[in-house]
Amino acid sequence: MNLDFIAYNTPFISIFLMMAAAIITPIIPQEKRLPEKFSCLCIFINIILSGYLVYFLATAPENIGFNYPVGHFPAPWGNELRAGLLEAVLALIFCVAMFLSVTGNFYDTVNEISARRRQILSVLINLLTAALLALTYTNDIFTAYVFIEINTIAACAIVAVKETGGTIRAALRYMVMSLVGSGIILLSICLLYGLTGHLLMQYMRLKISELVKTGMYDLPLLVSVAFMTSGLAVKSALYPFCFWLPDAHGNSINVSSAILSGLVLKGHIFLIIKVFFRVFGLDVISALRMDIVIFILGCAAIIMGSVHALKQSNIKRLIAWSSVAQVGYIFLGLGLNSEIGIAAACLHIVVHSLIKPMLFTSAGGLSNMAGHNKNLHDLAGTFYLNKSAGTAFIVGACSMIGIPAFAGFASKFALTAASFESNLMIFAVAALGASSLLNALYYIPAVLVIFARGKNNNLEKIKLPLSFHVSIWIFIALNFLIGLAFIPLLNLITKGVSVFG
Amino acid sequence: MNDEIKIIWLKFFNWVMGNGPRPENEIIPPELPPDLPFTRTPDKKHSRFHEITISERLIQWLSLHGLHVFANFYNILSIIVCLLIIALMLMTVADLPPFGDFHNPANNEVVERYIKAGARETGAENIVAGMILDYRAFDTFGESAVLFTGAITVLMILGTSVKKDKSELKRLHLKTHSGFEDRNFLAFAPSLHIYRDDDAILRGVASLSIPVIIIMGCVVIISGHLTPGGGFSGGAILSTALILCANAYGFIKVHEFFSERTFIVSSSSALSIYALAKGYSFLTGANHINSGIPIGTIGDIFSAGLILPLNICVGIVVAGTLYGFYALFSEGEI
Repeated sequence: MNLDFIAYNTPFISIFLMMAAAIITPIIPQEKRLPEKFSCLCIFINIILSGYLVYFLATAPENIGFNYPVGHFPAPWGNELRAGLLEAVLALIFCVAMFLSVTGNFYDTVNEISARRRQILSVLINLLTAALLALTYTNDIFTAYVFIEINTIAACAIVAVKETGGTIRAALRYMVMSLVGSGIILLSICLLYGLTGHLLMQYMRLKISELVKTGMYDLPLLVSVAFMTSGLAVKSALYPFCFWLPDAHGNSINVSSAILSGLVLKGHIFLIIKVFFRVFGLDVISALRMDIVIFILGCAAIIMGSVHALKQSNIKRLIAWSSVAQVGYIFLGLGLNSEIGIAAACLHIVVHSLIKPMLFTSAGGLSNMAGHNKNLHDLAGTFYLNKSAGTAFIVGACSMIGIPAFAGFASKFALTAASFESNLMIFAVAALGASSLLNALYYIPAVLVIFARGKNNNLEKIKLPLSFHVSIWIFIALNFLIGLAFIPLLNLITKGVSVFG
Repeated sequence: MNDEIKIIWLKFFNWVMGNGPRPENEIIPPELPPDLPFTRTPDKKHSRFHEITISERLIQWLSLHGLHVFANFYNILSIIVCLLIIALMLMTVADLPPFGDFHNPANNEVVERYIKAGARETGAENIVAGMILDYRAFDTFGESAVLFTGAITVLMILGTSVKKDKSELKRLHLKTHSGFEDRNFLAFAPSLHIYRDDDAILRGVASLSIPVIIIMGCVVIISGHLTPGGGFSGGAILSTALILCANAYGFIKVHEFFSERTFIVSSSSALSIYALAKGYSFLTGANHINSGIPIGTIGDIFSAGLILPLNICVGIVVAGTLYGFYALFSEGEI
C-alpha cells in the first residue's frame, strides 16, 4: 500500500501533539483564556488529521491499515502503533466529540471554576485526548497500560476540578475503583508476558494460538483473560462494577461529565475489543466462554441501568445512569462474538460518544436557565428560555429511545441485525426491546417537563454565548447525519473490523 | 376503571407540572400506631393487648439489627471472595513457567537482541537504560507524563487551599530565630514546620549530608547509561536532598530557590525538551531517515545518543515532583 507522508504519520503526530500541548500548557499565560483556546486548536488540528486519514484509508485500493514503528527499532523490539479504518474512524469521532464538548461548555467553566483551575483543566483535557488516541491506535499492550494510567489520573482529576464535598467524594470513589481495575489489568499483562514473551499484539496472538493448540497453561490463560476483562470492565462501568459512575458523572461540571461519559469510557471499551480481537482472537475467547459472560453482564447492564435511571430526579444523574445502560449495549454487541456484532458495537460507540456529550451539554444549558438547579421539577418550562438546548435534549432523548431517523436507531438496528446471526438472538432482542421501553419511560417525562409551563414562569432568560449554540447545532446535525445515512458509516466500520484482526 | 385511569393521568400531569398531588386527591396516610419503646424485646404486657404479626416483627427486628447483620454479612462475604481470589491466584502461579528457566517463553528473540546487540545499537552500557530510553522510549515518555499528570493533579487539589500570608510567615520565622517563644504561636507551629528550625542536630547533619546527596543524585543521573540508575532513581535521590533541606531549614528557605513557579516551569520545560528530542527521533525512525544522532564510544560519559539528556530531563521532573508531593501534602503549597 502506498502511503503519503501525512497519512502515515498521523497516528503518532496526533498522540504526540496532544501530549506536547499538555506539557506546555502550564507555562502559557492565563490571560484571555489562552490555555483553553490552545487546547481547542490542537484538538481541531487532530480532527483535520484524522479526517484526512479516514479519507485516505477509505479511498485506498487495499485498506488493510498499516503498522507504525515508534522509533528506530522494528516490531518485536520497539513500540508500535497500528492504524486501520476502524481506528481512524473512532479517532475522528473521539476528536470531534471532544472538541464540541469543550467548546459547548466554554461558558460554563468560567462561571464554575477559577482561572488557575481552568488552566489545569485544559492540561487534563489535552492529556485525556492523548490517552484516548493512544488507546485507539496502540498495538502494544504495555503502551496501552501506560496510557490507561494517564487516563485514570486525569479522569479522577477532572471530576474533582470543581471543589465541593460531593465531587471530592465522587472522585475518591472513582479513584479507588479505577486503581483496583488498573492493578488487575497489570497482573493480567504480567501473566500474558510470562506466557508469551511478547508485548506486541500480533506476536502475542501467534504465541497464544500455539499454547491453545497444545493445551498448555490453560488456567493462567483463562485467569489472564478474566482479569483483563474485569479490570477493563471496572473502568468502563459494566453493570455490577458501575456504582461509581453516577456520582462521578453527575456531580462534576458539565464539560467533565460530557467528556467522562462520552469518551473516557469508550477508550477502555475499545481496548477490550482490541484485546479480544487482536491478542486472543475470537475463537479463543469463545473457547474460554468469555463471550457468554460479557453477553449476560451486558444484558444485565441494559436493564438495570435503565431501572436505576427511572428512580432519579436529578437530570445529570439520570443521564449518567443511562450511560450504564448504553455501555451495556456495546458489551451486548461484543458478547455476540462475531465480526458483525463487533461492528455494531463499534457503531454504538460512535453513536453514544456523540449523543452523550450533547445530552450533558444541553442539560447544562437548561439548568443554567433555572439557576443552576439540576432537579427535574425545577427545569419546568426551560425549553422556552433556551430553545437550542431544549431541541438538543429532545433529539438526544429520541435518539436514546431509538426512534428512526435519530442516531440511536442506527446502532440499535445494527445490534438487532447482528443478533439474528447468533443463537442468543432471543435474549438480545428481548433486552433491546425492554430497554427501549424503559428508556422511553424515563426520557419522555423529562422531555415533557422542560415543556411544561409550570410554576417556573418567573425565570429570566440568560443569554448564552454563540459557541454554545453553534456546538449544540453541530451536535444535532451530526445526530441526524448518522441517523439518516448510517449505512455508509456501518459499511466503513465493517470494512475496518474485517481487517482489524 | 375509567376513573382510575383519569386519576393516574391527573397525577402524572401534576407531576409534569411540578405541582405534586393536589390536596383533594392526596392520600392521607392512616395514623400510625405509637412508636414502640426502644427496647430489644417488646414487653409481654404490651403484646397481650396487641398481637404482633410476623411482618411487623420482621420490620422491627430489621430496624434494630439490620445494619449490624448487613455489616457482618458484608464482612464475611468479602473474606470469602478474597480467599477465592487468593486460591485462584495461587493455582495460577503454580501453573506458570518455572522461574529463571532457560526454556521459558519469555526468553525469546526479543530478550536475546536486547542483551546481545543492546550496547552496540543504543550505545548504552546499562542495558536497562538502553531498553527504557531507546528501544521502548515511547512507554517511558508516557511514564514521565504519568508523573506529570499526578503532580499537576495534586497541585490542583491541594495547592489552592487558603494561601498563607508570606510576610506573616517571614515575621514568624524571624521571631523563632530571635529566640522569642510565644505560646500561642507554638500551638500553630507544628503545621507550619517552623519550630524545627531550632533543631541543631538536624541542621548539623543536613549541612553535612545535603551536598553529598546532591552530588550522589547527579552522578546517578549523569552516569545512568553506564551504571545502574538513571533519571528515575537519581531524581528520587535529589528530591530527598530538597526534603531534608525543607525539614532542617524550613520551607521558606526552600521557597527562595524552589517555588511553585520554578516547579511548573522546570518540569514543563524538561518534559518539553524530552518531547522534542524524542519526537524527532521517533519521526525519523518511523520514516526510515537517518537521525544523525551520534552514538559515540561505548563507556564514555558523552555517548549513547539521546539517553544522557533524556535522563537529565527525567531526573529534573522526578526530583521536582517528589518534593512537590511532600510539600503539598505537609504544607498545602510548594
